[in-house]
Amino acid sequence: MRQFLKVVAFMVVTVGLFAGYSNLGIPQIQPAPPPTEEKIDLSAMTMDQFVALGERLFSGKGTCTLCHNALGRAPELGEIAISSQARLDDPRYAGSASDIEGYIRESLVDPSAFVVVGFGKAGSNDTESPMPSVNSGSIGMSDPETAAVIAYLQDNGGLEITVEIPTDLGEAEDEGEATNSGEPREPITDIQELVDNHACEACHTITDAAGDIGPDLSKIGATQDRDYIRQALLDPNAVIAEGYEEGFMPDDLGQQMYATELEIMVDFLSNLK
Amino acid sequence: MKGTGSLRNVSNKLIYGLFITLVIGLVSVFGGADLFAAYAAGTEAAADAASTGGYGPAPVTTAADYPSYAGVNGRLAIWIFAQLHLWFAAFVLAVPIFVFIIEVIGMRTRDKRYDDMAYEFIKVSITAYSLTAILGGLLLFSLILFYPDLFSYLSVIFGESMFYYALLFFGESAVLYLYYYGWHWLQGGLKKWIHLTLGLTLNAVGTTLMLLANAWLTFMMSPAGVDPAGVFSGDTWAAIHNFLWNPINIHRFVANIAYGGSIVGAYAAFKFLTARNDQEKAHYDWMGYNANFIAICALLPLPFAGYYLAAEIYAYSQQMGITLMGGIFAWLFIIQAVLIGTLFLSANYYLWCGMGRSDGAKRYTKYIKYIAIVLVGAFLVWFTPHTLVLTNSELKSLGGPHHSILGPLGIMPAKNTAVNIMITFTFLSFLFYRRSNKVATVSWEKTGNIIQVALFSAGIVNILFLGIYHGYFTNTVYKVAASIPQVMTTFTVIVGSLILDSFIYRGAKDVGPLHWGRIPDRAQYALFLLAVAFTWLMGLMGYIRSGIRQHWHVVDIMRDNSPDAYTPTLGYAANVVSIATIMFLAMVIFVFWIAQVSTKKSLPAGYWKE
Ligand code: HEC
Ligand code: HEC
Ligand code: HEM
Repeated sequence: MRQFLKVVAFMVVTVGLFAGYSNLGIPQIQPAPPPTEEKIDLSAMTMDQFVALGERLFSGKGTCTLCHNALGRAPELGEIAISSQARLDDPRYAGSASDIEGYIRESLVDPSAFVVVGFGKAGSNDTESPMPSVNSGSIGMSDPETAAVIAYLQDNGGLEITVEIPTDLGEAEDEGEATNSGEPREPITDIQELVDNHACEACHTITDAAGDIGPDLSKIGATQDRDYIRQALLDPNAVIAEGYEEGFMPDDLGQQMYATELEIMVDFLSNLK
Repeated sequence: MKGTGSLRNVSNKLIYGLFITLVIGLVSVFGGADLFAAYAAGTEAAADAASTGGYGPAPVTTAADYPSYAGVNGRLAIWIFAQLHLWFAAFVLAVPIFVFIIEVIGMRTRDKRYDDMAYEFIKVSITAYSLTAILGGLLLFSLILFYPDLFSYLSVIFGESMFYYALLFFGESAVLYLYYYGWHWLQGGLKKWIHLTLGLTLNAVGTTLMLLANAWLTFMMSPAGVDPAGVFSGDTWAAIHNFLWNPINIHRFVANIAYGGSIVGAYAAFKFLTARNDQEKAHYDWMGYNANFIAICALLPLPFAGYYLAAEIYAYSQQMGITLMGGIFAWLFIIQAVLIGTLFLSANYYLWCGMGRSDGAKRYTKYIKYIAIVLVGAFLVWFTPHTLVLTNSELKSLGGPHHSILGPLGIMPAKNTAVNIMITFTFLSFLFYRRSNKVATVSWEKTGNIIQVALFSAGIVNILFLGIYHGYFTNTVYKVAASIPQVMTTFTVIVGSLILDSFIYRGAKDVGPLHWGRIPDRAQYALFLLAVAFTWLMGLMGYIRSGIRQHWHVVDIMRDNSPDAYTPTLGYAANVVSIATIMFLAMVIFVFWIAQVSTKKSLPAGYWKE
């Protein structure tokens, strides 16, 4: 009996040591909680919020940082402006993208369309990417979420944000769903109200002759495209219209306007011909 | 006790026996495969007939779909029952394998000791067998109760194989009872052959059972035979033969043998400590030695089976692979390294103590401390963690991606080097043990020894060179290239020196009779340590295997939406594993005790009418 108790004690102590080591000997990391289905309310979101959403997805639900980090498991995405162009120019490139946004989107939804040299699955000779498609089960991002990540990647890579923000929100609003997000105000859909609210006409001529601190916008659609206009709104100091001064055009429209509003504005301006 | 030469016989026979095991294993794997293929063809036809319709997508659950009963946490209940079931199943899978081998050895050598030992082993596994079934039943009930949607989804796909599993289980019980209760009846001549055939059948059925259960498990990790929405194609064989099925089959099969050996070793150790006379002591010492020998033989290939498994997980999904080896679970592999280090060290320690059985061991004891130093050093390298990253928040709570100390030793080539060195030196311990009671008589003994030393030195230098060169002087892509030649080197050293040794010691004289039973009590504690560490390790690895599915029941197909879908901290997991281990050990003690009770008789005087 004494032997028996000794052996039992020995075993319990051993188990205790293993448990003790696991509890005290190594850092107790609280694993990230499972990703939750984020209700994205695009109608009530500014461009900056959209980019921020993309960033959250990038390091959270997207699990991108699992591979895209400083350890060389996947290409770094900070230099995406240069690298994406280089991919497009690569003679091996056989995908269907023609611009950087298209390339990024293709990299996300169809990673094997072009595999960066040295990063392919073992044995596939760089024809098969180890990266899962972002709308596959393992990551499971929706189209708006993918767009948000692209916006984030562009922003992060110092590119202008060209991605179109999905605007299938009319219906959502009709069902009265989009408004309960706790945002302070409802999105504006009327263009005149937008122009008035942001006092564009204090500086610009848009439809009626008005301000002349900024360039005449009444025919801007004839000379500039949507991307240019979007950039002019989000990041006015990137390109300064000839003959005008920097610093007047408000540079916080990205925070003031919801993404839908921004798109309405861009639509409107690009149709002024 | 037959003194002279018995040690050599034992080990040679066992090596031969292990070879047979491998063959049996392979035969049953492929035999099983044929069976499944035939069966799958049948279901395919049936499915065609039903125009493959009728299968729905994987259920989408909400938190409300996970009932809770009497305040019991479903995940915890399933976790513990599954683990307990797995431990017992591993034990009852492994024991008949080496019982069969030992029986064959006994039959060939006509040494009755082997037959008696085999019988004693199988007796121990009989009670364990019913516990396995009971725990399996509890696991089944808790799955149905707590995860009803998952269970019904899995039974749509595996319904038929579950049915065959149940049938096989009955078949297995029948064969086991025949094998056990018929032991003394089926002795001698043809009868012994019949008995042996029963043993073989028992093992084939047992292995098939394991393969089936593994299929369900690996389906959840690497689903196949279903479309992205989880709609089953009707091809059961595809679902069974999923990507990770064979890697897990191999790792488990080998691990279970080692595990069974360690539990039986603990049994022998306890019997040794409580033995009442020298004869009993000698018997249980001998039994403990054999059990430990089996455990070590199966332990040596395990790291490779493990890395193969990990590589296949990586190949299946880089995300899953990184979660396994580079994410939060990476810390778990540090605990794993500690445990495996414990296994290797205690197995070696037991061998060293065992050298005391021979009067000739003094010639070798002076080397042991060097082996010990090398083993501890290799263990420390192995234990150094690799880079650890998962999400940004985890990164923050960790304070950086690299281990604060010894970052460069955390890379794979360094670990591979350490593992190979550990294996080589464990083998060296074994070699010393083998030699300890022998005096070579061949004229070229000296030359032979020099070649032997040269072989080991060259092997070790080569392992180190490969590790250092590939690890530090080539770029990432080539870092893993070292592993294959390193393994080949280890393998060459082992096989080469075994062959050489058998020639050097051909016709060798024994120093004296082996003194079975002449071993300190603390050596028995090494056997207990081995058993406990093994059990705990299995529990931990079981947690990893399920844990890397993260918030999925079936990876990418069926999401776990229960409130418990999160990954717990390692401390919590370790505590659950510890509690389960203690429960398991208590049950094992009960099993051993009950096996002993059956041999006890009391004759109360005057109780029965004369
Ligand atoms: C399992 C690891 C893994 C995960 C997770 C992952 N990637 Fe990748 N990614 C790769 C690898 C490897 C490559 C390079 C091979 C290729 O071109 O597909 C790559 C390539 C890319 C590229 C193209 C880069 C270039 O230089 O051409 C982009 C963009 C990208 N990933 C974005 C993402 C985003 C965004 C996420 C998260 C939603 C993500 N990745 C998740 C492994 C991963
Ligand atoms: C405080 C004065 C001011 C206000 C208010 C203002 N802008 Fe501007 N805007 C400017 C100035 C100055 C420029 C030229 C400098 C530059 O390109 O940043 C400019 C440039 C632009 C351009 C680029 C024109 C070109 O040809 O490059 C667009 C488009 C534009 N503004 C649209 C708007 C809209 C839409 C609003 C209302 C939401 C608005 N602006 C409000 C002063 C203003
Ligand atoms: C000497 C080295 C090793 C030993 C002794 C060992 C032992 C074990 C044991 C006993 C089990 C439980 C088997 C079962 O449940 O039936 C197991 C499972 C597992 N091992 Fe290992 N192992 C070793 C090396 C490795 C390595 C190197 C890896 C990966 C890097 C690994 C990964 C795993 C995984 C993922 C499982 C869970 C699979 C399952 O459920 O069976 N092992 N190991």
